[in-house]
Amino acid sequence: MSVVAELNQLKKTGKGGKRRHKENKAGHLFLLPWTLGLFGITLFPMLASLYLAFTDYNLLQPPEWAGMENITRMIGDDRLHKAIEVTFTYVFVGVPLQLAVSLAVAMLLDRGMRGLAFYRSVFYLPSMLGSSVAIAVLWRQIFGHGGLINQILGSFGIEGQGWVSSPDTALSTLIILHVWTFGAPMVIFLAGLRQIPEMFYEAASIDGASRFKQFFTITIPLLTPIIFFNLVLQLIGAFQNFTQAYVVSNGTGGPADSTLFFTLYLYQQGFKGFDMGYASAMAWVLVLIIASLTAINFWLSKYWVHYDD
Amino acid sequence: MTDSLQTTSAPSGGARRREEDMSANTAALAQSTGAGEDHSPMKSTTAAGRATRSIIKHVLLVVASLGMIYPLLWMLVSSLRPDELIFRESGLLLTSLEFGNYIEGWNALSHPFSHFLWNSAVVVFGSILANLISCSMAAYAFARLDFRFKKPMFALMLLTIMLPVHVVIIPQYILFSNLGWVNTFLPLIVPKILATDAFFVFLMVQFIRGIPKDLDEAARIDGAGHIRIFIQVILPLMVPALATTAIFTFMWTWNDFFSQLIFLTSPDVYTVPLALQSFLDSTGESNWGAMFAMSIVSILPLFLIFLFGQRFLIKGMATTGIK
Repeated sequence: MSVVAELNQLKKTGKGGKRRHKENKAGHLFLLPWTLGLFGITLFPMLASLYLAFTDYNLLQPPEWAGMENITRMIGDDRLHKAIEVTFTYVFVGVPLQLAVSLAVAMLLDRGMRGLAFYRSVFYLPSMLGSSVAIAVLWRQIFGHGGLINQILGSFGIEGQGWVSSPDTALSTLIILHVWTFGAPMVIFLAGLRQIPEMFYEAASIDGASRFKQFFTITIPLLTPIIFFNLVLQLIGAFQNFTQAYVVSNGTGGPADSTLFFTLYLYQQGFKGFDMGYASAMAWVLVLIIASLTAINFWLSKYWVHYDD
Repeated sequence: MTDSLQTTSAPSGGARRREEDMSANTAALAQSTGAGEDHSPMKSTTAAGRATRSIIKHVLLVVASLGMIYPLLWMLVSSLRPDELIFRESGLLLTSLEFGNYIEGWNALSHPFSHFLWNSAVVVFGSILANLISCSMAAYAFARLDFRFKKPMFALMLLTIMLPVHVVIIPQYILFSNLGWVNTFLPLIVPKILATDAFFVFLMVQFIRGIPKDLDEAARIDGAGHIRIFIQVILPLMVPALATTAIFTFMWTWNDFFSQLIFLTSPDVYTVPLALQSFLDSTGESNWGAMFAMSIVSILPLFLIFLFGQRFLIKGMATTGIK
């Protein structure tokens, strides 16, 4: 049963008015660690950061109320604007590209083909390692001036450039890294494809529908819930990426702020400059951006996501 | 967001898992009888045509696979090459094995690399233990018990799954630094003791729902309380969910850079990712061989998990849709 169905059922059973709950004590006992965490590690810090967003705070002196100062500062902060631009470019190019590749490969791998497990493993491996510092280090070499890519280009007589050290291409190398980790959504697509009943295809081919037509009239519509799910998750995740930009740029977001992810700028402000008030304000901006994009996504889903019922 | 969870979690827990096993088995069966591509609508094409298509597909996939893992293989090979060759050799052929990079990298920082591996291991195993205990307890309550505020609490739990860590990290930092916990592993482990990785709570709730309730009832008739039912009935049955949780916690904690960078600033407590980063900082780009060697060392545990825990990884992802 799905979570939503469960929630609805809870709603129904809850309608009995002041019904006694049989297992109050045991329930709250089992939930004690989680409840402490919810309040102490999540809700209270959230409120605190909302408060800090309107203060000037450097860890040493107590927070000083600053009103709208952090917000006006954000409006005039060119580096912040650059960070938003970089992050949006990364997310809106990287996520759709990655999803398109993962869907395409999942389609190729569909159903009981020989070597499926092997291909799936090989394609999945990079997404397991992709967020590690080790891979970011590797990327820095590969796309460096004398790196692997340029060696390979050189053997074809093409002269490369320092991809990571040029402001025009540095972000693209991170987008490529993101696409390289397409294995995770691919596995989810594979699971989705497996659930499409075989008989749909059989019926369609008896009716003489071409493979091409079957793809657009059976596979894609039935897969839209999974595409949507992947899109929502990947979007939320991509906004929070940090490690690769940090390592590739030595924590600077350079060259010329071309890899200055929002999270990286937040880190610089909060934990390098100890401008905790401003960083808190930025954190809330990030939450609002992610929340509103997710809301838009859900709203748009009415128009293209098909549920079976 | 509850909707998004609904989309992939439709058939939940154990039922879904069994379904998956079954379809995996039918797939395997189809493959062994050579009927694997039977669903192809191109019934009219000849067998020869089908074979050609299959060959083209495999060639394409093999080339793509190679391209995908080439950087990794190249890093491995380069870590065994003398430094000056790294910038000249784009191939994978090794003429000799040089372990000098490993020795040099291992001792390049203020502590031998084993020190950082140990630190990472402490954080990782602490996190795994904490997640297994606290998340399974919370999941048992949500899945099986009836108590006040269950509904809003469950909804809140689902919401926290997608909350960006950035909005809590600053107050957390202030809190932990007031407690004197900065440069200890506590800020990385204590939140997990408090079940803040709500994702795993959700995963386990889904799983417990798939376990037949008759088993609890039988135990209750025998006079078992909730603690005994949880420990003796539910926990042994949810081993697959626990394994998935352990593996994902391992992966995420081992790779985690952001929170470790924030809470661990002294080389004494550096974990593997921080050690690698500081290695890169201190040598600039002058010592790629040793960098690569330690990078390989740092991803080796992940690779082993990948080899031996893949079944749980793939299944965990397929049923819940996590990264």
